Amino acid sequence: MTQNPIIDIKNVHKSFGKVEALKGVNLRIEEGEFFSLLGPSGCGKTTLLRMIAGFEEPTSGAVIIGGEPMMGIPANKRPTNMVFQSYAIFPHLSVSDNVGYGLAKKKMSRSEIAEEVNNALAMVDLVGYGDRSAHELSGGQRQRVALARALVMKPRVVLLDEPLSALDKKLREQMQIELRELQQSVGITFILVTHDQEEALIMSDRIAVLFEGEIAQVATPQTLYQQPVNERVASFIGVMNFLQAQATESADGGLGLEIPALGDVAIAKAARPEDLPAASIDRIGVRPEMLTILFDESDHAECESEGVVVGASYYGDMTYYSVQLPETEELTTVSMRNTAGRSIVASGTKVRIGWGADSIVLFS
Amino acid sequence: MISPPLLYALIMLAAPLAMVVTFSFWSQNYLDLDTTITLKNYKEAWSKPIYRVLILRSLNISIMVTLVTVLLAFPMAYFLSFRVKRNKALWLFLITIPFWTSYLLRVFLWKVILGYNGVLNSALMGLGIIDEPMTFILYNLNAVVITLAHAWAPFAILPIFVSLERIDRSLLEAAEDLGDGPFRRFFRVTLPLAMPGVIASTLIVMIPTVGDFITPKLVGGTDGLMISNMIQIQFGKANNAPLGAALAIASMVIVGSVSLVIFIAGRWFRGRAQ
Amino acid sequence: MRLTRFLSKNWLLTYAALYVAFLYAPVILLPLFAFNESTIIAFPLTGFTTKWFTVLFESTALHQAVKNSLIIGVVTAVLSTILGTCAARAMVRFGFPFKRGIVSFIMLPLVLPEIIVAVALLVLLMQLGFPLSIWTVIGGHVLICVPFSVAILSSAFQGLDKNLEEASLDLGETGWGTFRRVIFPLILPGVISSLLITFTISLDEFIIAFFLTGTDVTLPVYIWSQLRFPAKLPSVMALGTILLVLSVLLLVLGEWFRRRSAKQQGLDPASGGGFMQ
Repeated sequence: MTQNPIIDIKNVHKSFGKVEALKGVNLRIEEGEFFSLLGPSGCGKTTLLRMIAGFEEPTSGAVIIGGEPMMGIPANKRPTNMVFQSYAIFPHLSVSDNVGYGLAKKKMSRSEIAEEVNNALAMVDLVGYGDRSAHELSGGQRQRVALARALVMKPRVVLLDEPLSALDKKLREQMQIELRELQQSVGITFILVTHDQEEALIMSDRIAVLFEGEIAQVATPQTLYQQPVNERVASFIGVMNFLQAQATESADGGLGLEIPALGDVAIAKAARPEDLPAASIDRIGVRPEMLTILFDESDHAECESEGVVVGASYYGDMTYYSVQLPETEELTTVSMRNTAGRSIVASGTKVRIGWGADSIVLFS
Repeated sequence: MISPPLLYALIMLAAPLAMVVTFSFWSQNYLDLDTTITLKNYKEAWSKPIYRVLILRSLNISIMVTLVTVLLAFPMAYFLSFRVKRNKALWLFLITIPFWTSYLLRVFLWKVILGYNGVLNSALMGLGIIDEPMTFILYNLNAVVITLAHAWAPFAILPIFVSLERIDRSLLEAAEDLGDGPFRRFFRVTLPLAMPGVIASTLIVMIPTVGDFITPKLVGGTDGLMISNMIQIQFGKANNAPLGAALAIASMVIVGSVSLVIFIAGRWFRGRAQ
Repeated sequence: MRLTRFLSKNWLLTYAALYVAFLYAPVILLPLFAFNESTIIAFPLTGFTTKWFTVLFESTALHQAVKNSLIIGVVTAVLSTILGTCAARAMVRFGFPFKRGIVSFIMLPLVLPEIIVAVALLVLLMQLGFPLSIWTVIGGHVLICVPFSVAILSSAFQGLDKNLEEASLDLGETGWGTFRRVIFPLILPGVISSLLITFTISLDEFIIAFFLTGTDVTLPVYIWSQLRFPAKLPSVMALGTILLVLSVLLLVLGEWFRRRSAKQQGLDPASGGGFMQ
């Protein structure tokens, strides 16, 4: 980590009356990062974003942007610009006037403003839309206008409050990629608030997961998915099976795991999280795609177990099976890619489940 | 931001109202005001039959007017909300236009319509429906009721219309789906849900009606005079402002309590229907 | 037969037609008698004339009354719209202690009989020894007009996305600049409605003006004084006709303006009600 993050949030608390929205948040966001605040609704992520923007003041703690404490500095004097969830396009102004709105306050000539506006519109692929009025735009176009309006201000940080939630699925997926590419080309720090874990994984350099006003984990998408710090984060990001387990210390510093549902396995010292005594382990996690149904007699895996298929959900490219594993009450989800020549396993079929030591997620 | 209008309302409304209340406990000594606190005015208002009669008559008239106005307005509001599909705004506009003429003139024109040689009588006689002019329609209670029912029509229609508009149409479909016929559906779903609007229009019409004095003076004759006319006389010719103030307060208290009863009854009705 | 069948099938429409006829009955008479030659306001009509209008133009007392009413109307409209804007914005946007009580208090004149308002103000002014003038009438009119203004403008403010203000601040604009560049243009239709309605209410208001006016009478007070003289009635009819045409013009203008700006903003112009929501 560098010494001077663009955003440094120090022990921030925020209360609305009796409701505590943020309970001591510490966060450092680096210059040029695409950073996401991810969490269920009501977790405080939007409050945190609005606090960076200057729409809320912390009850205690400090927000530091670019090395300067922001206490008492209103939104219109901060080097941040926001893309609102509702886009907040001024309905009485044209696209150009919307984008140029903030430039009117800067000492610029008319032609300079026009040029900046055109550049910004080009950046978001809206060349030629300048004279349209706001209500003639589609949802995706409004979103682009809102983005251009923020970018034209050349802020140090762009704040995005669930900017894609109003779009339909196809458009949303396209915008996720475009937004990511745009951020990489302009190099400005983006902070995205979202409740959609998939969106956060696709777009971000790093993600902070928030629950009930507290940060649970800050990590890259891969780390977050593969090494969630606790069961709550694990089940919020993707699907996770939780299985009973018992652990013993091994001589080489690793762990010996006994998982009644699957069998026994040894975890190497390198794969074991630090400060995790064997005695504290009673459950482990397994992602559905880390378990395999062994279709052929000849298929073999590092470890094998047996189960009975209870049900299947067909997703087109994937099929999610509910499998009854030995000595477990809850059903375990196993996902299989629907490759050529593979048919769906009928309920009641006995199957062999393949897995390995690297399938297992340990929680500290 | 609330302070300028609040300050204005305090100075221009609260202070004067407080003043009226104080006034009503004072008394008039020919040209001077006697500022000793006394209940004399209220005693006089209650004991002299003329005042009691006028207050009760005003209440009676305003209740009648309200009943007629709201009953007449409801089908109109229903029509606007459920039958008019397009141009609702135009219909609303159409209904409000007559009310942007001078109130005085509208009342006066009713006098012209209802008079002995008036429009109605001359038209009906011309058509041979009646032989001699009807006299029971001017300078009495009927005239006051008709005129006021006309004057307050939009104030009764609009609140009912708004509450009918707010009814989720799928509720009506649900009622029908569950086997209610049009009449049962109307009484079990539409009317209870429209009740807030009906209560609102009842109050909006009833309270100001008590205070009207143009209509009774122009079309009411002696039988149609109301308490406001007396209040005006006390402040004017009779030069007894304290008595006028007491009469005003007394009538407001009575109307206020009647409104409260109606309001609570409406709440109760709505609560039961739900 | 056909008629009865039509009536039974469309009874609601029939009722609506009759009701509208009832609403328009007195208004229709105004122009009829304004152009009628006879001095007596009764049927049958005797012939066409415009002389009652000429009479109007010669009456200096009327001109003075019109002038007073216009001054009172304009000042009332402006003051009550400003106060209404403040109250509506505070009501919609902010929470503050005793909000319900304060708001109902400001809206109270809406249901208070005008005679009470008039009498109360008169008593206060008498006690303070304040001379009656057009300013006392304005004071009373603003009081009864503010609730209308608040009602109209609060629906205008409710339609305003809070994010728009925040977006403006976020883009570096000041609070006042945000009001000028974003809020005001967006509530302008409401402001114009409010100005028109409060002006019209003030122009028509009689009871408060009757009690609070000094020697400077307003138009309705003038009309009231004329109603006593049968000979003056036809010209009063002519005056009423002119007023009717003027208010309808004003209202149509206001409605047209509201629809145009609603269209500009891409809203459905038919929705959101007219002047009296």
